[in-house]
Parts: sequence; structure tokens; C-alpha cells
Amino acid sequence: MSDLRVNIAGVELKNPVIAASGTFGYGMEYNEFYPVSLLGGISCKGTTLLERKGNPPSRIAETPSGMLNSVGLQNPGVDQFLSTYLPWLLQQDTVVIANMAGSTLEDYCAMAEKLDGSAVHMVELNISCPNVKEGGASFGTSCHSVEQVTAEVRRRCRKPLIVKLTPNVTSIGDIAQAAQDAGADALSLINTLTGMRIDLRTRRPILHNNTGGLSGPAVFPVAVRMVREVYKRVKIPLIGIGGISAWEDAAEMMMAGASAVQVGTANFHDPMAMPKIIEGLDRFADQNRIGSIAELTGTVREW
Amino acid sequence: MRYTQENARILAIDECAPGIYNCTLSAPRIAASASVGQFVGVLCEGYTLRRPISLCGFDASLGILRLVFEVRGKGTAWMAKRQAGESFDLIGPLGHGFPLLDPSKKAVLVGGGIGTPPLLPLAQHYGENAVVIPGFRCGTSAILTDDFTAAGAQVILCTDDGSAGFHGFTTQALQTWLDAHTCDVIYTCGPKMMMKGTAELAAARGIDCYVSMEERMGCGVGACLGCACMTQDEDGADHMVRVCLNGPVFDGKEVVWG
Repeated sequence: MSDLRVNIAGVELKNPVIAASGTFGYGMEYNEFYPVSLLGGISCKGTTLLERKGNPPSRIAETPSGMLNSVGLQNPGVDQFLSTYLPWLLQQDTVVIANMAGSTLEDYCAMAEKLDGSAVHMVELNISCPNVKEGGASFGTSCHSVEQVTAEVRRRCRKPLIVKLTPNVTSIGDIAQAAQDAGADALSLINTLTGMRIDLRTRRPILHNNTGGLSGPAVFPVAVRMVREVYKRVKIPLIGIGGISAWEDAAEMMMAGASAVQVGTANFHDPMAMPKIIEGLDRFADQNRIGSIAELTGTVREW
Repeated sequence: MRYTQENARILAIDECAPGIYNCTLSAPRIAASASVGQFVGVLCEGYTLRRPISLCGFDASLGILRLVFEVRGKGTAWMAKRQAGESFDLIGPLGHGFPLLDPSKKAVLVGGGIGTPPLLPLAQHYGENAVVIPGFRCGTSAILTDDFTAAGAQVILCTDDGSAGFHGFTTQALQTWLDAHTCDVIYTCGPKMMMKGTAELAAARGIDCYVSMEERMGCGVGACLGCACMTQDEDGADHMVRVCLNGPVFDGKEVVWG
């Protein structure tokens, strides 16, 4: 038995495998396949200040080795998250990460205060949403707005703060640096890549929102490269996300520089994907006499 | 644990109409807890998302499932190429199915094309008290009519081109039937416009109607919110619900057809 524990910003996870936000609800559904206490953590469905109904269907389109989604942040709002779902989650013996999203700086600030007073273990800041007061460009695409939103949330929330980066930028290293400088305790990357599919018969986009976020194995190499780039740039721990579907992918992501990983789309393909990844990492560590899985982080030997 | 992942051995698979496949599987764990109107998620090798396929039949004592599916794209084309002895990786049973009344009640089942298969277990439940109105493009694409008859149900076959049975839509045949008869409940599965028309005919007569919705699905278990359907409650408030978990079967009065 190897030691699979990892530490992210002072929070100990029993293993480095976390359910990715938006793919796992609040854990209740997959708990009908296996006890979610097996997981290192759960990043909850993105929560906004007020309830959101989300986008009209269709919200899903399959793509080669992946999928597009445009759910539109459907969620019951932060108050209901805290009163209805969090109490159950806190009984599951896994690290609970609240994922927060907003469309104005004020939204983020108000939510940061509410989460600060809650029992969540960590907060993940989704900055891939459009900033409605600044022409709709995503908060995560300019260093200035990343710094601003991270600093404002940091000021109001003492929980370990993970900033989740969008890959739809020119220099992910610059953005990562901005988030670190503004007080992030850790970074998670990557969110989805924006994409589009068109139905040839109707000449309409398959997604009602026209565009959506690409996830799944198709984005994995992009995510590995970005994690590597950011690892070389910042000192805070990284959580690697993007197309991880097997233990080999998780190990590769850790070698690139991740201290832990999040798994999303793979759960749809195989509901047992995460327990299998945890078992695989354990076997790999044993066979290679790796005492602690944390030793893998950043160990790629670049040419 | 409500859900099971099961490697289901294919006992038989054949093309029962052009592009439509009839498949029986050994899946004792899913069959043991399945109910009418539920579905399974079928893994298609090389594709990210499971295909949601409704249960056309299940037998807990024999441990078997019956799936009747249409080739719609690459995933279902992969499924159609499988042979007896191979397996499907299934998750299930998924979703909430059709509410069942006492078998002595009179039920009308309205099906359109590949929406017809989940109605067969309903016909078997109601037997001679079931009237089935299945609609297809043409006579050669008609499926399951013998199974419905064998269940004891009366079958009013409809085709778009008039090559078999009534020449016209199922909703026209339903209206004619309702003008002369009455029933306790109506069930429907098929194209959205057909289900909308059926739900409206039922509502106008004060008959309960249950509709089985179809939507592109992600996880199939309610976690990803990929398959949304708008419903309206008695107070007029709108809700986005999950087809895979809250449905696929909804009360026809709740659905906002758009």
C-alpha cells in the first residue's frame, strides 16, 4: 500500500482524484454506484448567487473523443446549496469543494462571504463566466480582471481558494501568475475549450446556445501542456483537469506538475472511472516503489 | 445502490425492420430491479457518451432484457453490428417509468416509430384492456405489432403513407377512437409533436396522460443536467427538470412543449 494522500493548500485529500465540477452534481447520483467517500474530493456543481434555470435544450453534443456542453450553470443558488446539499456532502468523508460562478464582481463578492461562513472545505472560483458589466468577455481572459476578481474574493473568504483557469486565452502562464499574485492558494486547470457543431440537415448548431465547452479525451494533451506551462510559472499547487479517463492520464498529469486531478467527462462513459483511477494509481505506485504519490508531481524529464 | 453496471451478454440480435434491431440480453442484476418505462445506458466502443435505450421488455426471473433500437448514428450503428455471444456494457435501470393502474383499467398506448418499444410492457400489463395506436412511416417499418397482439391488446396501426392500416397520424386515429370510447389513462412515446397532440387530446377529455420524453443525454443519472425539459407546476411556476432522472416519463399536463 502506497501513500495516496496529497495536500492542497493545507487540506489533506485521501487520494488525488477529485470529481470535476458540473459533471457530478453534489455526489448523490454517483453515490448510487459506489460510496463517494472513496474519492479524494468532490468539486460541486457551479453555484451562483441566485437560482439559474440554465440554457434551453439541446445542451449536449458528442464530438470525436469528447463532447460539447452548454448547460448554462443551472443550479438552485448558493443558499439552497448550503441548506439542502452541503449537509449531506459533509457526511460523506471526502473533501467538499464549493465551486462558485458569477456574472458580476458583486455576485462573486456576495457569494464569497456566504461560503466563508459555511462548512465547505475549499472554494473553487470559476472565472470562465462572462462579465456582463464589461461587455460579456470572460473574467478569466484578462490578467486585470483575474487579479481583480481573485483579490476581491480573497478579501472576503478565508477558505483555501482554488482559481479555475479557462484555456481560452493567449498566455495561460500570465493568467496563472495574476491569480497567484492576487492571493489564490491553488489553481485548477483547464476548464473547457469553446467549440461548436452544426447539424447538416437543419443547418442549425446542435447546441441551442450555439457554442459550448469541449471536454473529454480530445482536450487531454492541451491540458497537460497548459499544466506544465503553469507549473513552471507559479509556486502554488495545481489541480490538473481535462480529459483524464484512466490512471495513466492521472499519472501523466501529475508528472506534468499537478498535485491532484479532477475527472469529469469520463464519469459519463464509465461511472466507475474514478474508483478505477484510484486503484490504478495505487498499483502503479506500489509496482514502482513510489512511497507517496505526491512524489510524482512535476517529475517529467523534459528534453 | 440504485444503479448497476453490468456486462450483458447478447443472447440474440436481429434486424426486425429496415434499420431497427431487436436484441435480447442476459442482465440479471438490471432485470431484477427494472420497471416499465425505464431505460439503460449502452456503452458504444469508441464513443464518449452512452446511448439511452428504453426497455422493450424485462424478466426478473429469467434475468433478461429486451432492447429494440434504431440506427440513428455511429453509436447505434456500432450496436447493430454486434452478434450473439458478444456483450454490451450497460448501466441501469435508469429513470422513472410509467405509473401503472390496476390491469382492469382501460389504457390507450400511442407510439411513434422507435418510441413504440417502451409501450410493449404496458400492453402486457393491461392485456385485453389495452388499445395500442402505433404509427410508422410505412408498413415495412412497422414493428412489434405481433407482440402487441400477443399481449391481448387491440392494435390500430397507422402509417404516414397509407401502405398499411390507417392512412394518417396516430393523433387522428386517437381522436376518432376517443370520440366513440373512453379510457382511464393514455401513455405515449414518440416524436415530440405526436406526444404534444396526444397530451392535448387527453387533457381536453380530462384523461390522465403520461409522456416519455427524449433528449440528448450526458451522464444518464441526473448529475450533469445535460438533458433538460421545461415543466410547469400547478402554481404556474417553470422548472428545468432532468429527463434522465426526473423522467423520462412525465405527466403530460406538466410538460411545457415550446
